[in-house]
Amino acid sequence: MEEINSLLHGFAVALTPFNLMLMLVGVVLGVLIGVLPGLGGANGVAILLPLTFTMPPTSAIIMLSCIYWGALFGGAITSILFNIPGEPWSVATTFDGYPLAQKGRAGHALTAAFTSSFIGALIAVVVITFLSPVVARFALKFGPPEYFAVYFLTFAAFVGMSKGQAWKTIASMMIGFALAAVGLDSVTGQLRLTFGFTELLQGFDFLIAVIGLFGIGEILLTLEEGLAFKGANARLNVKAVMETWRELPRYWLTSLRSSAVGCFMGIVPGGATPASFMAYGVAKRFSKDGERFGTGQVEGVVAPETAAHAAGTSALLPMLTLGVPGSPTAAVLLGGLLIWGLQPGPMLFVEQKDFVWGLIASMYLGNIAGLVVVLTTVPLFAAILRIPFSIIAPVILVVCAIGAYTVHTSMFDVWLMLVFGVVGYVFKKLDYPLAPLVLALVLGDRAESSFRQALLGSQGDLAIFFSNALVGGIMTLGILLLVWPLVSAGLTRLRKAA
Amino acid sequence: MRIRQSIACAIAALAAALAPAAHAQLGGWEPTKTVEFIVPAGTGGGADQMARLIDAIIKKNNLMKQPMVVVNKGGGAGAEGFLDIKNAKGDPHKIIITLSNLFTTPLATGVPFNWKDLTPVAMLALDQFILWVPADTPYKTAKEYIDAVKAAGPGKFKMGGTGSKQEDEIITVALEKQTGTKFTYIPYKGGGEVATQLVGKHVDSTVNNPIEAVSQWRAGQLRPLCVFDDQRLVYRGKVTETMAWSDIPTCKEAGVDIDYLMLRGIFMAPGVTEAQRNYYVALLKKVRETPEWKDFMEKGAFNQTALIGDDYRAWLQKEEQRHYQLMKEAGFLAPGK
Repeated sequence: MEEINSLLHGFAVALTPFNLMLMLVGVVLGVLIGVLPGLGGANGVAILLPLTFTMPPTSAIIMLSCIYWGALFGGAITSILFNIPGEPWSVATTFDGYPLAQKGRAGHALTAAFTSSFIGALIAVVVITFLSPVVARFALKFGPPEYFAVYFLTFAAFVGMSKGQAWKTIASMMIGFALAAVGLDSVTGQLRLTFGFTELLQGFDFLIAVIGLFGIGEILLTLEEGLAFKGANARLNVKAVMETWRELPRYWLTSLRSSAVGCFMGIVPGGATPASFMAYGVAKRFSKDGERFGTGQVEGVVAPETAAHAAGTSALLPMLTLGVPGSPTAAVLLGGLLIWGLQPGPMLFVEQKDFVWGLIASMYLGNIAGLVVVLTTVPLFAAILRIPFSIIAPVILVVCAIGAYTVHTSMFDVWLMLVFGVVGYVFKKLDYPLAPLVLALVLGDRAESSFRQALLGSQGDLAIFFSNALVGGIMTLGILLLVWPLVSAGLTRLRKAA
Repeated sequence: MRIRQSIACAIAALAAALAPAAHAQLGGWEPTKTVEFIVPAGTGGGADQMARLIDAIIKKNNLMKQPMVVVNKGGGAGAEGFLDIKNAKGDPHKIIITLSNLFTTPLATGVPFNWKDLTPVAMLALDQFILWVPADTPYKTAKEYIDAVKAAGPGKFKMGGTGSKQEDEIITVALEKQTGTKFTYIPYKGGGEVATQLVGKHVDSTVNNPIEAVSQWRAGQLRPLCVFDDQRLVYRGKVTETMAWSDIPTCKEAGVDIDYLMLRGIFMAPGVTEAQRNYYVALLKKVRETPEWKDFMEKGAFNQTALIGDDYRAWLQKEEQRHYQLMKEAGFLAPGK
């Protein structure tokens, strides 16, 4: 097994005291970056990139990728504690993570999130270790129709999952699509829906919407409900960790499915955010407890976290082998490679064995380091919920404002965040689901451009979406998932009639 | 509210503290706080790579006392970044790197800015464009490929490129006009993605910059047909086993007379003083003298023309006119332009 030899060599490269120290520093910084909404992994890595310029390339990428792992871990923390996703891919974690925290099980939710992240990453690293050449070739098969099929599948997996009336889900999703359409249309190069406001040129940033809709919206609701955090009685002992670990093996199938979704989306590269949504939708559809998702199910935390981390990890593969970043953070790392004098792309694996295998080995080690670091912080973070709301709420508000400002260094975004906060509050009061809006906002733009690129290529012929086994297969799967509720309802009725 | 800057500043200060401090003393004006280096494009693209390299070179060689932070403002095809610097009148702590969207974005979208609203500092280099096809296609020369496109009929061949109504599409339209062909142009979001789509044969050809496709070329996946310039590239070191950059014929040799080069230059906000501008001119001159810069230039097969002062202004004036003409001919101008 050539891979095993290379990997062992990689461990030898990665396992120096200096590199181990860098891993720990990277993970801790990453967790901090992940916790602060707005200051995303990409920003964090970009700011710290010059620091690594004087290091050997392998040490540099180890530190930066550990920042990335840390940010992946850290994003879950604020989602669970305050319903504020620290990173886009932790939006789906709020659906069950926050209700769990409200029930006083924040420790359990955090442990489940961290452990699942770790498992997702581990599976993805194994895939990278042994399958990278195959996987890289597979990723090359993805053109515009295939990308659209993947986004379609994500929407389809997600659509049936919302509680309440279907038309509310659709209305929410349509608002999301409308918001996603604002800004520059990348296919025609024209500005859309900006009404002459230069502030709207860049469109509505997903993070600002999420910070407002979830974070500010939640604070407004809590204000109304009498200034109390329901999670105040959170238990702080280490028992929560052990209890959760005993519970987790039950969800092995969900973990496996989510890892598969995550690896697929990372390699394609669709990214961690759609992966987390898709995995949540799929888990809800296939779980025994699917009906109770959204009320605080550990399984509902396991699914998106596993997928997000698996996707985040496997997203590095297209970057290394194809030179195409699978995520914004990978894009910054890509810039780093060039600065260190390495050319990402097909030749990297051939010419820079030390670097590539050192990086892959550091993925194993960095994730172990990450898990240890974040698990020790579980009681600490759960303890935050004991702070009275009157103290913590202003702090959250400030953190949210900083986060929104950070995205584009613009005061306009802070106002926008507040507007989204009110929208979030109204949505919750009227019982409209927020998730479809968020999903449409994050994927609408990309789904639209792939759709139009595909039709440009086919001269407007829709048959392109069924033109080969790959795209046809994904589309069919999506359609099946979409109509499954109707089919299963029909079957139930038939059975009752019989 | 300068929170992002202060976070960045703190981290950058840390970076500065870690590096051995030996700053070169320059006469006249010097930055007194963190310098913001704006990239009017997303992370990972050509302009972003260059900006981050400059940042790294400055830090590594201690060319500036104050820290620098690279900020991506790519919204609205770069309009976000250009408007930001246009509105920072008199602020000497902001610089911006440009790509062709300095000319194309205002013309295509009507967003109100122009290079004359900014203070030109220096042209660092010019980026080349090359016509690429997958390596396992039968086309060995640009002529063979163009003939095939012609024979197939209009719209049958797909040209992939970065963005819409920007440099890649402008070159495509110029190519069509010269050869009487018609491609289906498919816009993608970044140069790396375009190269991969070509390797996967989702498009038939691209006009990627050298640095965007060099890796796939070396791996034997792509083949360069011709370079859109009057002269061949000057780099004679072997890139693949058999070829150097200088072995790629010009498109002119193949009978397609198109030369198009993309500006990689630096601008400041309007209303800055002469001393402030001179500081950056001197700083960038030092950057260009480092071995790291020279190495980057060769890797990306850049045209190393560098201009400052009136020469730079004259070049900009000429290029603006040219882009106006090219975009007018292609029908890319926003209403009222």
